[in-house]
Amino acid sequence: MARALDDPVSDTALTAVALNRFEYNRILERLGRPPNDLELGMFGALWSEHCGYKHSKALLRRLPTDSPRLLVRAGDENAGVVDIGDGMAIVFKIESHNHPSAVEPFEGAATGVGGIIRDIFTMGARPIALFDSLRFGPLDDARNRYLANGIVGGVGSYGNCVGIPTVGGEVVVEDCYAGNPLVNAMCVGLLRHQDLMLAEASGEGNPLILVGADTGRDGIQGATFASVEDPESSARGVVQVGNPFLEKLLIEACLEALSTDAIIGLQDLGAAGLTSSSVESAARAGAGVEIDVAKISRRAANMTPYEVMLSESQERMLVVAESGRESEVIDVFDKWGLHSDVIGSVTSDGSVTITESGKTVAHVPIEHLNEPPEYRLAVEFPDYLAGASALDISAIPEPKNVGEALLSLLSAPNIASKECIYRTYDQTVGSNTVAGPGADAAVLRIKGTERAIALSTDGNGRACYLNPKAGGAMAVAEAARNVVCAGARPIAITNCLNFGSPSDPMVYYQLYETIEGIAEACEAFGIPVTGGNVSLYNEAAGRQIYPTPVIGMLGLLENVETTTGIGFAAEGDVVAVMGDLAGSLDGSEFLKHFHGLIKGMLAIDLDREVAVQKACSAAIEAGLLRSAHDISDGGLAVALAESCFAGGVGVNVDSVPTEARIDELWFGESPSRILVSISPKHRSRLLDLTASVNVPLHIIGRVGGDRLKLARNADVSLDEARQIWSSGLANVLSGRMEAQYT
Amino acid sequence: MKACVVVFPGSNCDADTYHALKEVAGFDTDLRWHGDTDLEKYDLIVIPGGFAYGDHLRAGAIAHFAPAMRSVGEAAKRGVRILGICNGFQVLLEAGLLPGAMLRNDSLQFRHQWVDLRVESTETPFTAACGQGQVLRMPIAHGEGNYFADPETLRQMGHERRIVFRYSDEEGNVDPAHNPNGSAENIAGIIDEGGNVMGMMPHPERCSESILGGTHGALIWRSLGL
Repeated sequence: MARALDDPVSDTALTAVALNRFEYNRILERLGRPPNDLELGMFGALWSEHCGYKHSKALLRRLPTDSPRLLVRAGDENAGVVDIGDGMAIVFKIESHNHPSAVEPFEGAATGVGGIIRDIFTMGARPIALFDSLRFGPLDDARNRYLANGIVGGVGSYGNCVGIPTVGGEVVVEDCYAGNPLVNAMCVGLLRHQDLMLAEASGEGNPLILVGADTGRDGIQGATFASVEDPESSARGVVQVGNPFLEKLLIEACLEALSTDAIIGLQDLGAAGLTSSSVESAARAGAGVEIDVAKISRRAANMTPYEVMLSESQERMLVVAESGRESEVIDVFDKWGLHSDVIGSVTSDGSVTITESGKTVAHVPIEHLNEPPEYRLAVEFPDYLAGASALDISAIPEPKNVGEALLSLLSAPNIASKECIYRTYDQTVGSNTVAGPGADAAVLRIKGTERAIALSTDGNGRACYLNPKAGGAMAVAEAARNVVCAGARPIAITNCLNFGSPSDPMVYYQLYETIEGIAEACEAFGIPVTGGNVSLYNEAAGRQIYPTPVIGMLGLLENVETTTGIGFAAEGDVVAVMGDLAGSLDGSEFLKHFHGLIKGMLAIDLDREVAVQKACSAAIEAGLLRSAHDISDGGLAVALAESCFAGGVGVNVDSVPTEARIDELWFGESPSRILVSISPKHRSRLLDLTASVNVPLHIIGRVGGDRLKLARNADVSLDEARQIWSSGLANVLSGRMEAQYT
Repeated sequence: MKACVVVFPGSNCDADTYHALKEVAGFDTDLRWHGDTDLEKYDLIVIPGGFAYGDHLRAGAIAHFAPAMRSVGEAAKRGVRILGICNGFQVLLEAGLLPGAMLRNDSLQFRHQWVDLRVESTETPFTAACGQGQVLRMPIAHGEGNYFADPETLRQMGHERRIVFRYSDEEGNVDPAHNPNGSAENIAGIIDEGGNVMGMMPHPERCSESILGGTHGALIWRSLGL
């Protein structure tokens, strides 16, 4: 196995494990000898971008991670753990599965869901909710439709079977995601503080038990595959196949086994399989591990140690049990019909030692494997930004008929109802769903308490493309605004950073600036980043995706009864806008939809944003608001239409005193604005409340009737508008109608 | 009322059903494993929703061989109340405790939505607290809820008032436009000849508390407590 020093490894062999010559020399230096093939494969997997974060780690240190609510330090464990009071905590994390989904959409998306669920229950938490933020290329293209339908099918198939409700997410369509769709899945779990389990392999002599699926050849080098450009050129064989029934058994069996107190540590097998799970668990404990690959049950004959150690077969867990008590643990897995193998033990030598029937086939100090090189590149302002930000709004004619423009915008895939997708997801299993898809944020009650949590996932690739720093901050702000509209106070985020190839200076700049924006916004809100995931090399046919951070926001409601929906509630209620009445068209859906323009200068005033959100929270907690809805894509007109659809009642907006252009008034998308409705009797109290915190409040009209009447030229039937909005995405997704761009 | 919820590998509405029976209905409730056969002491046995055995082969096809199902069959003969919800309904069909079969939804998709149901019979222990023709609002969540039975069975069940719920509009009108899955005659729930074994596709355990958007599910528990 050992390579002679004078037998240099070929460039092809290095490329196969996604390492470069510099990194290989670093390995030689650290080991003092050449690695054998297995050792080289292990380095390749753990030093891959996917596992090692070598291009992003230095930048990620900028993110704020301090909060008295955090029970574990951000990044140390599989997911963030946030105290929500009453001795309970929320465990949550978002992760990408973009590259597998580009190759095999159904299984790629399904295993993305399965992987993030394991990150949650491995910490002792019961998974209670899933979110899926999806981004597709234009749906008038058959390949993109195939990817979209496969991904939606995979998400639903896995989540429905495993019995965790899918309660929110996003669906965004942009040209840049053609051939490289984004699949970001977030899982949320609930635990009692005392049940928190860490992924530590500690205690010399404690047995390592591998539980769940047998190990096969699927997914070998999946981690390295996700760290190269153009995944389509690779074989579909690297994409794993999911088994949600097995995952359901693993959830129940692991949670039951944890109650025996005979488990020291628990770690799921994800990217880089047994290699990363064993090395990372041992690294956390400062220990070593010894594994005999001959003891691992296989799905295929004649698998080499390399294949066994780097397999990414799904639905497997690594259990570190207390020596002498392994049978208590194994009995629980037996009850659930799950196979378990004792495959090795914890050692004290700080190394990972792989043997095959007594013969050592790899031996590497864990500190070498676990410390990939970190790259810091020069941050250079990219040329495209100057052109993209130059928008001459005076050259764009104002729309003549606001009603027609609104109806057209309501049919756009990014604005239209996503119900045709989310109705294929079980949203209420678990009997905790107070608000699900279609709301600004999902709301889940916490059984046995008065509390509830609100969650939202938000990303805005287009904004980040035009101004990465402002876009990053706006993504955090919008996610926070969404949970605030549901009546919650934001307390923590997880984030998934989807970017192109970091070796492109443009992409590195975008990554640097977006992280800066996310950090500044988190500091303004006083909330920590609890962890997340970075997905680089997202490009197809030589084209980089928009820089696309997706923020998963966690909010807390002290009393679930105070939750507020987006729908207008009663005829005669007063309709008002908190924040500026009109918005900017820069980077808007309106500009893209009607003028084919992705242009503009984006900005966010974080002080104003925080003030508006605090005013909204105070008004909800004082019982003043009957509805609250974030004004975002499509602007005020679309927000009004959505509040009408959700409430089943029309609106008459007759007071819009503004100097702004008519399209800026109705379709501008500036942040820091919330559409609210109140009972007439609370009007003066709300005016006093907002004035006391210097937040503008514009009373614009009344709820009522069956039409959408907007001053300055719009009067459309609510039924007609709803019909167009309901069928817009369904029509293009089914291929019945080509996407219409006027 | 002494109740139990039978847990199969892959059941996923077991905890929700347990919560509704225990915390909302106030029944003395146990969770029982699919390998258990001592179910004699229960007045109510609920087969919950989910994907028992992963729905491998087809929904309910493996679960009906579980040891607990033999005891459920015996209990049914003794007149014990048996309720199958969603996957539980599919299991009761496969076990032959109810007539007919489930096909894939006519949309060929899993569907989650809130539906309206017209109560067709209040002469059952599961619906005695409902009004005749009352419209209930409940969530459905299934991929195989397209109920099928031959015309003679349908005619006979109709004649014997054994069709308990039909999908309808919010006024209680039963029409094809308000059939979410293609079920024969908009059937959402049926009861056996003995009047003690009911299967229904909608999920009453998910709408038994107002914070979850509806309380019509609690009418089922209230009926059972009468």
